[in-house]
Amino acid sequence: MINSFLGFKPDRSLYPKTNAEGKLEIDLSSHQYTKLWLGPNHPGVTGNMAMELTLNGDEIVEGKTHVGYLHRGFEKLIERRLFVQGFPTSIRMCVAEPDTNEYLIAACTEELSGYDKQVPEMAKWLRMLSLEMARLQGLLRGVPGQAGTFSLGIGVQWGTYLRDLILDRFEELTGARVYHMYIIPGGVRGLLPDGFKDRMEDNLKEIDQFIIKIRKLIFNNAVFKTRAVGLGVITPKMVDQYGIVGTNARAAGVKRDVRKDNPYLFYDLLDFDPPTATEGDVYARTWVRWQELIQTVDLIRQIMAKMPEKGEIRAQMPNVLNWRIPQGETYVKLESGRGEYGLYYVTDGSDKPRRVNLRGPSYTHGIALLEDMLVNTNIADVHALMVSLQVCPPEIER
Amino acid sequence: MEHARLQLVNKLFNDRPKSYKYNLFQMKLLIDRLTQHYNLTDYKQQRHNLAFVTVDKQLSPDIITHLRDYEGFSHFVLLSCVDWIEDDKLQLTYLLNQPNHKYEIGVRVLIDRKNPEMVSLHKMWKQIWTYQRELHEAFGIIFPGSPRLEENFVLEGWTEKPHMLRDFDTKEYAERTYFPRPGRTSNDPATYMREKLYPNQPVTAKTNKND
Amino acid sequence: MSDLNINQKVSEMLQRSEANAQQDEKTFVRPEDELREVVAPDGSIIKINPLYDYYSGERPQEDKPKNAIVEKFLNWARSESIWVLGFGTGCGSIEIPPLVTPRYDMFRFGVQMRATPRQSNAFIISGYLSVKTLKRVIRSYEQMPSPKYVIALGSCTINGGMYYDSYSTINRLDKYLPVDVYIAGCMPRPEALLAGFGELKRLIKEGKGEKANEYARNFDEYKANQKKIIKDWNMPDYNW
Repeated sequence: MINSFLGFKPDRSLYPKTNAEGKLEIDLSSHQYTKLWLGPNHPGVTGNMAMELTLNGDEIVEGKTHVGYLHRGFEKLIERRLFVQGFPTSIRMCVAEPDTNEYLIAACTEELSGYDKQVPEMAKWLRMLSLEMARLQGLLRGVPGQAGTFSLGIGVQWGTYLRDLILDRFEELTGARVYHMYIIPGGVRGLLPDGFKDRMEDNLKEIDQFIIKIRKLIFNNAVFKTRAVGLGVITPKMVDQYGIVGTNARAAGVKRDVRKDNPYLFYDLLDFDPPTATEGDVYARTWVRWQELIQTVDLIRQIMAKMPEKGEIRAQMPNVLNWRIPQGETYVKLESGRGEYGLYYVTDGSDKPRRVNLRGPSYTHGIALLEDMLVNTNIADVHALMVSLQVCPPEIER
Repeated sequence: MEHARLQLVNKLFNDRPKSYKYNLFQMKLLIDRLTQHYNLTDYKQQRHNLAFVTVDKQLSPDIITHLRDYEGFSHFVLLSCVDWIEDDKLQLTYLLNQPNHKYEIGVRVLIDRKNPEMVSLHKMWKQIWTYQRELHEAFGIIFPGSPRLEENFVLEGWTEKPHMLRDFDTKEYAERTYFPRPGRTSNDPATYMREKLYPNQPVTAKTNKND
Repeated sequence: MSDLNINQKVSEMLQRSEANAQQDEKTFVRPEDELREVVAPDGSIIKINPLYDYYSGERPQEDKPKNAIVEKFLNWARSESIWVLGFGTGCGSIEIPPLVTPRYDMFRFGVQMRATPRQSNAFIISGYLSVKTLKRVIRSYEQMPSPKYVIALGSCTINGGMYYDSYSTINRLDKYLPVDVYIAGCMPRPEALLAGFGELKRLIKEGKGEKANEYARNFDEYKANQKKIIKDWNMPDYNW
């Protein structure tokens, strides 16, 4: 009897009952279900968002994402600012990797005003360097953070320290730790300081050590393996149904990478192959991200080796106070650490944009996919799922 | 027959290097095929891998289904809305991606601004209902049948008109509702810079607009 | 015995036990636990068991300062154990993790993060505050035990920062919650945060960290400001 108790596996097909229309019949007054709010005041939630969970025991029968706690109305605010005034506003749309916003805004305005051909070569290399550094600091938070959701906190401590080193390099390059405003329309703001490459190389060597350590720490850990394998599986069929992009799609075996598919800047001159896995669960996603960490370090080394020493960094741009962009619309995208990250930009011939719409990968990962994925999982796995999908609420609600 | 030919073409071109010209050529072929079936009112090639077409409101679900099922646009990127208040129109943009050929097409639909309503496509991709819920809150567009349309998305207890419409003045609302700290001033950058940097220079007529 | 008899007997027993239970309840209810009438947020008057009374009409109480020497000792103790609520309300919360790790290490100043409002006495408002979050912030703030302190991080909390014209974010935090320390910048560096903690410590040691009492004193004014922008007020006036 004890054995049968230990091996108890509930038949999850029995509850909750679905009615004829296919909707869940959840009667809270039956005392069979509990309503639980996870967040926004919860240290484990990625950012400031809330999950409304309906539980049977400790199993989730229904989950709903609630966003809007970080809503600032960027898209409205940019509409009433000049192109150059909207620039510092718009980069604050996502705090995890702000450089991606800088590049998108710069690329959109350049393309619509016809200056995209005039951006100098050196500026493009520096843009790539800054984007890859942003990806690296994002991954240094993300990979150990996944183990942190299973209460393996030491990796987070190491990762945060190494992320600080990258932020130091950012500070040296741009003057700021988090919001850099380095990539501006027409080019970048400055050249590399003296000795930057050497100091970067020192940091990369430390990160190399970390990569080896984190492999031993996370991927052979019994607890991590037991809990992460088979959790939150994304099948290749789901990728197109839900619009899954980036590492989440690559872990499911679908090779989607904007850097390879639609190369921007000089990504076609770099030698890399995006890592993939086939399982599609939390373990595979972490594994893909860990490999991406190796690759990003390699890409930064490649960029620093291939980029010219000196050169023009800014194109001759019109007076920003009278800068008018003719009517048009475009969609520019790039590969951020979380996946395809794009900006839909509409201008109407005046000195302000008509409409700016950000397409963040979390928009689909965090709402449609996460809600469906939560069903029939345990309540202890919610944070692991959220972190493994890299949900970043500011880019959902802007 | 058409479908089988397309599959063959896709297979043949799948492994070839994706150059700019190849992308452009593919997009031209696509637009040719589309014009055989549908009446496109406008077409603009924005980039070698991005084009925008404008279609009628009644036709749009049809053409999006066609693009997904026969042209391989399986990845739904974005649903966005632009407010053209001068023309009294709202423009919906459905942005679709073709993962094999690596190009994108934006399907633009103009709908009436006074009584905005659009067919819900929530059965085609599983994330569309989120976009429709957002647009319902931000622009007041009604998508009949879309799940959880009336639920709050980002705002709570909002009583004003939909916040993304052009005639909603956010500055006026913020000053009326919140408490601006006294002493904060903002200057028009053009006049302020002229006064600070070139105080002695006479003010000339407006310079060349595109300069 | 037939089935009928058994059923009858069981139902009789049940009735008797229910009657007993009701009697027991009546006899053992203490006067302060009796059902009482309260006004629900929608205006209706309902009867409610005090144990389940979420609609308390209580107001926050002011803590009178104690004997000068005792108060000085207490202030010293308070200033050396600032426990921060781990609620990242805005983008400034990305600079909190570096503070917890050895490079900046706020533990050496007695500052640490706590998971629930019941355990914490300092609230870092990390950046801009949308109205939707403000509602949760008020709830969390009022649940914190007194004395409690608010640190406002970033220029958005001072005058709205670059979101001064946004329809969604507030401009001045001090209209809704009493603020002890402002830390300017967008975004402030971890060193600035540490300096802010030092300033808060100094204030507490000097006996100036009395903002929780100020909140209790000007409760009506703060509530009026809060209710002006939170349109669907569906919670009690004071969440103790």
